[in-house]
Amino acid sequence: MIASFLKEHENLYYALTNKKVIVGLVLFLSIVLLAVVGPMLTPYDYEEYAGMPYDPPSPNHWFGTTIMGRDVFTLTVYGLRSTLLVGFIAGTIATVVGCIIGFLAGYYGGSWFDEILMMITNIFVVIPQLALLIIISAFLKVRGIIVMSVIVSATAWPWTARAVRSQTLSLKNQEYVSLSRISALSVARILREDIASNMFSYVFMVFILQFNGTMLSTVQLEFLGLGPTRGVSLGLVMQDAVNWNAIQLGMWWWAIIPGLIITVMITSLYLVNTGLDAAFNPRLREA
Amino acid sequence: MGRYLSKKIVVYLVTFFLAVTINFIIPRMMPGDPIQLLLSRYSGMEGGREIIERQLTLLFSLDKPLIVQYLNFWKSIFTLDFGISIMLFPTPVTTIIRRAIVFDIVLLVPAIIVSWIVGNRLGAFTGVNRRADNALMPVFYFLTSSPYFWLGGVLAFFLGVVLDWFPISGAYSATMIPRFSLAFIIDFLKHWILPFLSMVLVDLGGWAIGMRNMIIYEKSSNYSKYMEALGASHRTIRDYGFRNGVLPQVTGLALRLAGIIGGAITVETVFNYPGLGRMMLNAVNNQDYFLLQGIFLAIVTMTLVANFVVDFVYMFIDPRVRLSLSGEV
Repeated sequence: MIASFLKEHENLYYALTNKKVIVGLVLFLSIVLLAVVGPMLTPYDYEEYAGMPYDPPSPNHWFGTTIMGRDVFTLTVYGLRSTLLVGFIAGTIATVVGCIIGFLAGYYGGSWFDEILMMITNIFVVIPQLALLIIISAFLKVRGIIVMSVIVSATAWPWTARAVRSQTLSLKNQEYVSLSRISALSVARILREDIASNMFSYVFMVFILQFNGTMLSTVQLEFLGLGPTRGVSLGLVMQDAVNWNAIQLGMWWWAIIPGLIITVMITSLYLVNTGLDAAFNPRLREA
Repeated sequence: MGRYLSKKIVVYLVTFFLAVTINFIIPRMMPGDPIQLLLSRYSGMEGGREIIERQLTLLFSLDKPLIVQYLNFWKSIFTLDFGISIMLFPTPVTTIIRRAIVFDIVLLVPAIIVSWIVGNRLGAFTGVNRRADNALMPVFYFLTSSPYFWLGGVLAFFLGVVLDWFPISGAYSATMIPRFSLAFIIDFLKHWILPFLSMVLVDLGGWAIGMRNMIIYEKSSNYSKYMEALGASHRTIRDYGFRNGVLPQVTGLALRLAGIIGGAITVETVFNYPGLGRMMLNAVNNQDYFLLQGIFLAIVTMTLVANFVVDFVYMFIDPRVRLSLSGEV
């Protein structure tokens, strides 16, 4: 049953038997699992003074405690939740916006409409995102998860728009697209049925990269103290660590572990992405 | 030059125009009225109220219609008058920026160039060497996945605290007076090396991955197969692939510049390095909006100039563009 299903969905078969995809997925899912069940595993609250300060990792405190005696494991898993959520929503928004702009610009390639869309995109490419985000966040006194996601995605979509546009340009002169066009199908339908559906695997990989990128910007913003104004986030934990001189005091469990988790997670998604590239692209498969 | 450069310049000019406009709009749009907040906060300071009011009239001219406010805002930009910092009262914002930008330049320019060159070389090497590929690619992915500030923290911990090789805070020792002496330069370099290294390591991963993929792609092209059939060495084939791969990597550099400059902001925070990034953050924390706006514009301008330089370099290393300039093609 499973075998016949996989035979029909060849791409899925190649994707799930690729070594990189397997390793990456296992790592990624275990970190997501950590974010999901972590808060249930810990007896502490992230604001609670859970034990002796300066404690290195021990059976009571898996990731040690902070200078104020907070449990780093608890902080990390709660922070991971918030950071993942912002990264995920922002990545989704950025992918959708980037794809829509890319499809339209590509489909109307060469027209003034395309020129304007690409002009806007190029402007967003050269603006230093983090500086722009800092100035927006600095004036926004209250930031929730959704506001954070919109802020982050606002500067994340441009490269997707460019990449999707060039893919669309190469697809739009295919014969089946011309056939749809002379059949007087609406542009929305052509884009959806002829172009988008042929780029599904590509867009999926774009989404993975977007997710990685938005997570990095989210963590950077949080680290600068411009994350969500309530609750805890991974970047905030790391900011506290730096502000309280955790590095100088040798408290590596506080300064390094939370960042290590997010780095491993992003690495694992890159692995999945590379593996999928090989799986979806028959030319790379033999190698 | 013609079309290629003029199109880019239009984008840069529009970007600058937008950056100034954003700078103008955001404080006026945001909830909580930051300007009123500012007035009430500094009215207690001795002589503070007059100066703040003068600045507010200069930069915001709140009593005039919006369009006049906007034109005045532009005027203050062309006269480089961004007002006076509140945090470092009464230093003009322009002076603070001029002092801080030096540190950004000495940090960013070498970091960008070194990471680009080393990363591309390493990538080309892994592209043709299977064993190196398997060993190094995970490292490259890990590096490019690290947030700049986290890698900075890791380096600070291992090289600065555990091994105690380098100082991990500031741009030079507090006892040093900045001047051209050997002792000062050595001290400066010791402080510089860790932030520099964190920028280089993170960027290096991305360049290596890009170049490695490019080499593998070029290796399967017809000219490479032809060369192989003629009996050319792997090295020669790789070198030709490298030259073809360099151009997209230069374009990639233009795309990444904004991100790298953003990353520097966080690295400067970790190492307490007195560049624009740390100043910007201090300005946020102290609600020093004049300084914040001035630094934002300075960072945008820096990014635009850097982009322009990359475009210019691209023009000269791409033979198609170069030859079309001298009219040979």
